[in-house]
Amino acid sequence: MALKTDATGKTWPAYEYEVGREKIREYAQVTGMDDSVYLDRRAAREAGFRDVVAPPMFCVVYSSGALAPALFDPEVEINFAAMVHGGQEFEWGEPVCSGDLITTTATCREIYEKLGKGFYVFESVSTNQDGEEVVRGVWTNIVRGV
Amino acid sequence: MAGLKQGEPIEELRVTPDKYLPHRYAGASGDFNPIHIDPEFARAVGLPGSILHGLYVMALVSKAGIDSAGGDPRSLRRLKVQFRSMSFPEQEIVVSGEVVEADGARAELDLVAAQGDSRVIRNARAELRTGGRD
Repeated sequence: MALKTDATGKTWPAYEYEVGREKIREYAQVTGMDDSVYLDRRAAREAGFRDVVAPPMFCVVYSSGALAPALFDPEVEINFAAMVHGGQEFEWGEPVCSGDLITTTATCREIYEKLGKGFYVFESVSTNQDGEEVVRGVWTNIVRGV
Repeated sequence: MAGLKQGEPIEELRVTPDKYLPHRYAGASGDFNPIHIDPEFARAVGLPGSILHGLYVMALVSKAGIDSAGGDPRSLRRLKVQFRSMSFPEQEIVVSGEVVEADGARAELDLVAAQGDSRVIRNARAELRTGGRD
């Protein structure tokens, strides 16, 4: 069966996420990020941040809302029962702090077949309220038996 | 500053996620895929039981990288991983790594997250800024 690649290049609507201090705390505690800059406003300000700062991997929290419509788009046609998260890459820019408004846009960069598996590669770009890039992600999902 | 030197190992990070960690990570991240939080569902789709979120294990890898550079979250510029194997709650995860390149201003690490003999994440690359802030 030929892999459907029509969605290559497609971009989905931007997703906005407002970053809050308690959500940063929840994420930091679960992932063991125990430095006070993630938990305490005064410590964060002393370290030069506007407010408590999000751990870099908090990017999955504010960008997943942009990725979900891409993954579930019928035009992409991913077989979820056979899908695994194969790879992930993030490149960070400006730090994200409590109070920031982050806008993320997802694009389908590539769909291709290799060794009987389908590779679905999405890119996300997130910017803050000042238009500065905070993170760029490459999300690779692999579907067996395409 | 940590003073990372080419060819040297970084300090290992050891974490044993408890039985309910995937539930808390699901809440924190918003990823409620039942393979992570419902053992019956996981077994029905051929898994041995609930598995950890790959992005949780990547977060542990990010912590090992940040810690090696002295703990400042701004030091982590880039992290690239491949998810190679499943991992499970109630078993220790060991993140280890080596400095591939370092020149005082930046460093590149090669990292592995393992659970027993299983390498959950391998060939992970982290780029760190280790010099002054701009």
